Amino acid sequence: MSDNVIVFGATSAMALGAMRRYAAEKARLVLVGRSPEKLDAVRNDLLAFGAASADVVVADLSDLSAQQGAVDAAWAKAEGGADAVLVAYGSLPDQAACQADTDLAVREFNNNGTSAVALCNRLAQKLEERGSGCLAVISSVAADRGRESNYLYGAAKAALATFVDGLFVRLSKKGIRVIDVKPGLVSSPMTAHLKQGPLFAKSDAVGAAIHRAMKNPSFQGTLYVPRVWALVMFVVRHVPEVLFKRVRF
Amino acid sequence: MIVSSWGRYPKVETADVKRLQWLHEKIDFDPEKRYLAYGMGRSYGDSCLNEGGTLLMTRGLCRFVSFDPETGELHCESGVTLREILAFALPRGFFLPASPGTSQVTVGGAIANDVHGKNHHVAGTFGCVVDGFRLLRSTGETLWCSRTENPALFAATIGGLGLTGLILDVKMRLRKVRGPWLRTETIRFGSLREFLQLSKELAPKYEYSVSWVDGTSSGAQLGRGLFMAGNHADVTVEEKKEPFVPKVAFPCEAPEWLLNKLTIRAFNALYWRKTLGERVSGLQHYVPFFYPLDAIEDWNRMYGKRGFFQYQCVLPFGDGEEATAEMLRRISAYGKGTFLSVLKTFGDVRSPGMLSFPRPGITFALDFPNEGKETLDFLSMLDDIVTEAKGALYPAKDARMAPKMFEASFPRLNEFAEHVDPRFSSSLWRRLGGTHVR
Repeated sequence: MSDNVIVFGATSAMALGAMRRYAAEKARLVLVGRSPEKLDAVRNDLLAFGAASADVVVADLSDLSAQQGAVDAAWAKAEGGADAVLVAYGSLPDQAACQADTDLAVREFNNNGTSAVALCNRLAQKLEERGSGCLAVISSVAADRGRESNYLYGAAKAALATFVDGLFVRLSKKGIRVIDVKPGLVSSPMTAHLKQGPLFAKSDAVGAAIHRAMKNPSFQGTLYVPRVWALVMFVVRHVPEVLFKRVRF
Repeated sequence: MIVSSWGRYPKVETADVKRLQWLHEKIDFDPEKRYLAYGMGRSYGDSCLNEGGTLLMTRGLCRFVSFDPETGELHCESGVTLREILAFALPRGFFLPASPGTSQVTVGGAIANDVHGKNHHVAGTFGCVVDGFRLLRSTGETLWCSRTENPALFAATIGGLGLTGLILDVKMRLRKVRGPWLRTETIRFGSLREFLQLSKELAPKYEYSVSWVDGTSSGAQLGRGLFMAGNHADVTVEEKKEPFVPKVAFPCEAPEWLLNKLTIRAFNALYWRKTLGERVSGLQHYVPFFYPLDAIEDWNRMYGKRGFFQYQCVLPFGDGEEATAEMLRRISAYGKGTFLSVLKTFGDVRSPGMLSFPRPGITFALDFPNEGKETLDFLSMLDDIVTEAKGALYPAKDARMAPKMFEASFPRLNEFAEHVDPRFSSSLWRRLGGTHVR
């Protein structure tokens, strides 16, 4: 039997790589996102790749009052409930602009942090009720340490990652796998304006790794993609503060 | 922002870069600006450059729209690469009906340059296998172009160097294959005459053929090389597993002394001895057969900072044969033509494209490291031989030909110019378009 998969933030480039692989396995997909035009383009893409079905739920997930409705609608479309759920939405805030504008900083924090935590909390209830399945949430390597150039983003992702970490422990006892995906630098529309060095991974390759982990029945916990970031971030986490404040990256 | 093409010459300042992500998002065309689509930047000269203008980066338009597994009809956005199509098509039993020597190009770029491949003598150019595409003009109007709808714009856009507007999405038909394997044959030839003989003999037997020619050989060995031909094999991946292809990248810009007469000659001599016998056949995976250079990412760094010129011409059969020999003699004496030299005969399948480059005859492509005036003078001398033999040059690989050479290469230039979008332009067009440039 192929999977029922729900993707929140289905227009993200990283999600596309994972969704195409599910589609090729003839999965039934439910796509949740804000823009009907973009969702439609993604839906067609997945049907071309072989998805058994691709349904669309239009919702602004940063709006907490709309979230439960979106989750319920997506659940209803995934008949029999979701076997796999991917939370992939987020934005890359302009750190300097956030420093100058606290309202903007809070908005960005809410989008990447609070709203994602709220969504995961709702999804945990659904999955727990079902008693099986897999939840993968895209946080970031930026969650591991506050860097001068993007610590607002890092802080929001850290809140999300810590939440997902706890959720992983809680749900693992119920037979539900939770994966905290921590991508390194990825070339995608979100990072298109940055200068891209050799450390940048292709969003399709990251999507493939996410799909692989979600399909692997013995995998749960933190997933660094590409894998080398596990090592890089181990080092970064252990750099003493006296040194850390001198390093510019 | 400085942008360069695959030849890394010229490097030009682009005023503005717009990254396109979604087909439905509107582009506001400023009447004061000049626009050009940029995909993977794999053309060699300045056809994908737009000095002082705006580049519309199409790589974000990377989605498929539909695919019919019965007929093989594929509808996709113009920023999808041929590599992505192959990765999609092969597990489903399909293959590209025409492909150039790299899979790292977008579908839009393949149309705009009307690229050709090893099966040109059977299938024609990329434009021959395209059913239609949607074109965005700077007026904001979108037009579906095919052989029956807007046929003139269809013909102008195929090989139209991106000047007729922005290609949004494309329909084409993939061909059925059983797997990724080919039955190939490599045959040594000792001269240009033998090459032509082989081409004539083996063209009906093989769907794909291309030859490598030793650009440094002279005297009795002038024009020696390897004729490589293949057909899709009836072998599936279940029967023979796909090989592991290691990822290798050219790590940095090579120092300029690396390529000199000596190393170039040595490489060519070695390559000629690559095959163990006069005639070797076997089963080969499609990647090394079609895309040998894709194995080395950024191989263009081999030429260092200065970049390089690729020279590709086509010469008609008959008179063109002697002209090809003459060019080989000059190139061998010059000694700086490197080892990526390719010889192929084009067939007579006509492309719909007004500015399409392939036409019946012998085509010849060769790289030259950019050594400034010396290289430019040498290439102008080759131009004279090509003009004399009524041949043509390939604009997708050009950064330096003279406008009169361009005019002579493309007899339908006047007709084409009527379809150029007034707000689209390129560095190449301003260099070669003459009075047609608005």
